[in-house]
Order: sequence, then structure tokens, then C-alpha cells
Amino acid sequence: MSAETEPLLSVRGLTKHFPVRDGLRAKGAVRAVDGLDFDVRPGETLGLVGESGCGKTTTGRMLVRLLEPTAGSITFAGRDITRAGRRDLRGLRQDLQIIFQDPYASLNPRHTVGRIVAMPLQVNGITPPGGVRKRVQELLELVGLNPEHYNRYPHEFSGGQRQRVGIARALALEPRLVVADEPVSALDVSIQAQVINLLRDLQRDLDLAFVFIAHDLAVIRHFCHRVAVMYLGRIVEIGDRDDIYRRPQHPYTRALLSAVPDVATLGPAGRIRLTGDVPTPLDPPSGCRFRTRCWKATDRCATEEPALVTRDGGNQLTACHHPESGPMEVSK
Amino acid sequence: MGRSETVPSGEPGRPEMPGQRSGEAPYLQVTDLRVRFDTEDGVVKAVDGVSFSVERGRTLGIVGESGSGKSVTSLAILGLHNSRRATITGEISVGGRQLVGLAEEEVRRLRGRDMAMIFQDPLSALHPYFTVGRQIAEAYRVHHPKAGRREARTRAVDMLGRVGIPQPERRFEQYPHEFSGGMRQRAMIAMALINDPDLLIADEPTTALDVTVQAQILDLLADLQAEFRSAIILITHDLGVVSQVADDVLVMYGGRAVERGSVRQVLRAPQHPYTWGLLSSVPSLHGDADANLVPIAGNPPSLINLPSGCAFHPRCRYAGVNGDRSRTEVPALGAAGEAGHLVACHLPAAERERIYRDEILRTGVAR
Repeated sequence: MSAETEPLLSVRGLTKHFPVRDGLRAKGAVRAVDGLDFDVRPGETLGLVGESGCGKTTTGRMLVRLLEPTAGSITFAGRDITRAGRRDLRGLRQDLQIIFQDPYASLNPRHTVGRIVAMPLQVNGITPPGGVRKRVQELLELVGLNPEHYNRYPHEFSGGQRQRVGIARALALEPRLVVADEPVSALDVSIQAQVINLLRDLQRDLDLAFVFIAHDLAVIRHFCHRVAVMYLGRIVEIGDRDDIYRRPQHPYTRALLSAVPDVATLGPAGRIRLTGDVPTPLDPPSGCRFRTRCWKATDRCATEEPALVTRDGGNQLTACHHPESGPMEVSK
Repeated sequence: MGRSETVPSGEPGRPEMPGQRSGEAPYLQVTDLRVRFDTEDGVVKAVDGVSFSVERGRTLGIVGESGSGKSVTSLAILGLHNSRRATITGEISVGGRQLVGLAEEEVRRLRGRDMAMIFQDPLSALHPYFTVGRQIAEAYRVHHPKAGRREARTRAVDMLGRVGIPQPERRFEQYPHEFSGGMRQRAMIAMALINDPDLLIADEPTTALDVTVQAQILDLLADLQAEFRSAIILITHDLGVVSQVADDVLVMYGGRAVERGSVRQVLRAPQHPYTWGLLSSVPSLHGDADANLVPIAGNPPSLINLPSGCAFHPRCRYAGVNGDRSRTEVPALGAAGEAGHLVACHLPAAERERIYRDEILRTGVAR
């Protein structure tokens, strides 16, 4: 992944505020996403990780324009798509697809699997060489489903198979970037690994770029080249996978990593214990948003919002006044 | 806490071996438990002959995927199955009392007092119309009919404080929707512990929670166990959670126990091909991040139409090693080397050792 490659997706100052009303009067806003900057290069996988309410799902939906950003810009393949209209979006959606978390809710139960996978082709008026049916069967085969199950309905499939249908549908138009929002978290452990491997193979074979949204740090580690850690609507740290997992600089990244119960360690691990819950995005803390749960917080953290900057001139950017250095201690 | 039993001083220090120790009878003893449901499509054998025991002060992790029978087992222990729909046989002994066949009224007296449950989703387990405090106090008064309102309130506030809820006096008056996810789970734990139960069953208690909050709740459960010496059953699909908090592990598949032993035995020297499969399909923070995960082929079985013989055989890579045996004969849970370690598999012990050493450990993902 050379740094010179032109980014496929470029996000600057991306913001989404949901207004909260008390009757008719505006009462403030949920600051779900508050000024994100990141790039995704062609064929690269970027993981967005964070706890509930950090804005990762909202971000994913804005990227595919299912939600309108409040501010900021999204540039895809050199084109500003932030305000692209309906007609422009149609062409855009060929290149930019989404896979949803819930394999039960995201497939129309009244449509056959064949029709579901063919839908993107139909909507975009595309007739592939050899016909729609042939293409759909190729897609089903590509994701490890039996092409003869073309005429079956979603309820005849298991959760893992349904997620494969969702993946086949996302790939129907040969997109260049896929946003995957928690694509495996609703699946059983043994099925999760099947789908992760499938996505990895597809990513390599088709040279797809991914924005992979998940709360599970171990899943992200197995899928992503780069990782962005989000907290309360902001990116607190972003960098190459190995830097983030081996030498995390932001205290929140460290706390998050040390809280993961890992099969590789037996017994209570030496975790960093964060106290309290994530504050409400309706009224995020001043300065650094993590400061209310951070053991290193000082007065400066309350008044001055830390910028997302590199410490050593490298690719790892951290938004913290008191970043950690050195390797993450791995308790084994 | 006004307990009649004498509590031996000092923790036994988490001994490694499961089974009976120090002459103390297990608090919970389940023997050949079977739970069946008659449905239009046929008989669902949700639990099909499972045996295990839990001592006071210890935690048993029950691991399995959806449909493995882990939750049905816990509901059977608590007597929460509708007796018109479920047929339950076998023995469930809690503190020396036999529960199977006991009158519902009797079970109700034990439930909430001697044994309690923490559910996965606290929002649906708490009543939205009543304050959290009132619900916790109610749980106390049901089993202490002589206790007055004030006494119950004092206890509930005290309990809220002990599970780490700040400002318990104020929180007592609030409704479930005013609590965050982690706080709700704490409130549920407070409700479960208000009567000092000897047996606590936690069914996926942290699955709906964020990872930093999950760590808090798991710590809390461990602290409370050290304090109250309750026996805990932790039901989960998450092997990471099991590795953190369990002393012993029971792996279930298709309503049956396929492996049982201490957490070290089951997670560090697993014997059943299904356990191997689970371990190598879980992504880890350690090991080679670029290695492919090794998933288990196929899907979990249907409980109406369980595969013949070993229920895992259609997904097992080693099912053919013993000719037809895996397809025709249900393997019994038997000794697997070290004392206390049991496995239900037809593979000869030497062959299992060899496969584990030469093939499973090499994948290098899970460890």
C-alpha cells in the first residue's frame, strides 16, 4: 500500500448532528459524528472500531449516502459526492456498496434469493453478458452458495448463508469500495470465521477496498490493513494495524485492547479498568471527549481539544495531550 | 449476610481440577438431564442427557452456539419451563433438594432466594413501568414476607451501591430507561443477589454490552463471588469470556455435552474436534493476524432431526477415522487423559493427541 496512491475515498470534516426537539423547539443535537478525516486507498481495508454511540455506523451510512452529512465532504474516486443528487447517486452506487449487520432484516422475505441478488443489476438497468440469471448464479457461487438455490427464499437459509446472500448482492455491480457494518457480529462463532475468510478472499481476489465497521477488535485485526479508533463521534487514533495493536498511543485504544477477553489468556487479565460509561453525545465533555474516563487527564484536557496528529512523522495519528509510548504489554 | 452455613476461611485459591474437592458436596448436581418439547414439526430434544456439577465459590462456563441447549439447561434448573410444553427428566439437585418433579410452588420458593438468574437483555427483564428500586425491593419482599417496606428499601439501596451504582439513593427512584446499558445490567445483578442466592445463573450477561463495560461487569461478578461464595453458571458463546472467569467448562453441541473439564484442560488441551473448531475459528488479539481462521464447515444441527451417532459427525473432519462408528453410535462422555477431563468422541486417545499436536496447534490462530 504505497502512500503515493491516490485515495479512493477521502473524508474531510465529516459531521452528522441529529437535532433533538422538545415539542417544536430545537433542544440541541446529538453530535453523532463530529469532524472525521480519513482516506481509504484502492484495495485497502480500513477498520472503524469503537463502542456503541461512537458514531461508526452513522459514518458508514453517510459514506454510502444513506444519511445526509451535516457538514464536511466525501470525495470518491476524485469526485465530490457529499451533495450528489439522486441521479448521480445511481452511478455512484455501482462503485460503492454496503453490507448490513442483520442478515434477517436486510433481505426481503418475499423475494427469492435470485431476485434479491439481481436487484442491483435491474435497478441500474444492467444486462450482464450471458444474462442476469447466469451472473447471479456466478455471484452465488463466488460467495460459497449453491447456485441451484437461486429460487429459494431467505427463510430457507441459515444466518451465515443469508449474510452470504447480502455479500453477493453487494458484489453484483463489481463495486470498488464496500462498507461492511458489523457483518459478522450476528453470527455464531463457527460461522463468523467462514464469513470473515470469505470477505478476506474476496477482498484479495477482487482488489476491493473496505470500510469495515465492528466493535470486535479481534475481528478487525484479522481483516484490516489500517484501523481508526472512534470515541464519541471523533477519531482518537488511526494508523496501520500493527502499530495500533502493538504500540497504541491513545489511552482509550489501550483501555479498549486490554478490556478484550481473549482466549489466549486464562484468568483475569491485567486490564486497564475504565470506570463509568460513555458520556452522552448530546452533551459531550469539553476538550478531549475521553477525559472523563481517562486516568491521565489534566486541566489542559478539559479546555483544549487535542488534534489528530502524528508523533513521529509516521502513519500513526493520535488525538491526545498525553499519549502513551512503547509497546502494549501483552498479558499471556 | 445472615447465612446459616459456616464459610471456611480463605479462598481455596482456584484449584485446577474440576469435580469434588475438599469433601464438600457440589451445590448443584445435574444428572442425565433431558428436556424435550413436543412441536408440530416433531419432538425437539433440546437437552439430551447432560450431567455436571458446580460447587460453591466456583464458576462453570457452559459454552455452545445457538441451539446447543445451553439456555434450555439453565431454564430447567430454575424451573422456568412450562410444564405443559416441556418434558423434563433426570435429576437436578440444588443444595441437596431434588427439583425435577417438585411442585411448582416449591420451586418458586427456591427461585430468587436460593438460586437466581441474570439475563442477557436487562431492558426486557426489567419492567418499564416501575422504578428500578421498587423492583429490587419487591424481589426481597417476596421471599421475606415479614420485611417491611423500609427494610426492603434499605436493602435494595445497599445492594445497588454494592454493585457499583453511584448515588444509589437517587438511582432507586429512577426507571429502567434512565439507566445506561451497563447500569441496567448492574441493577439486574443487584436484583439477583438481593436474597443472597447460593446459585447464580448468568445467561450471556455481557453479550449486549460494550467491551469496557463488559470488563467492569465480569470484575464485579468475580468480586461478588469472592464475597458471597455463590456457585455461578456462566452461559456464553464467547470463549474469551470463559477463559477470563470460569473455573470449569462444559462444551455443548446439539443438546449434549461433548467436553468437560477445568478451564485449563478444555482451552489449553482440548480433546473434542468441536472444541478444536471453536478455538481455531475465534479471531484473537495474539498470534498471526494474517493467517486465515479455520472455520467449522457446515451449520449447527437441527434439534428435531439430530444427525445419527455423534451429532457433530457431519461437520467433523475426523469422523471417518473410525469407520462408521461416528455415524452409528452416540459417543459417551468418558475420561480423556487427565483426571476430571471428559470427552465424548470415538477417536482413540492416541489419535486425538496426534491430531491435536500435529494439525490443530499448527494452525496457530487461537493460541
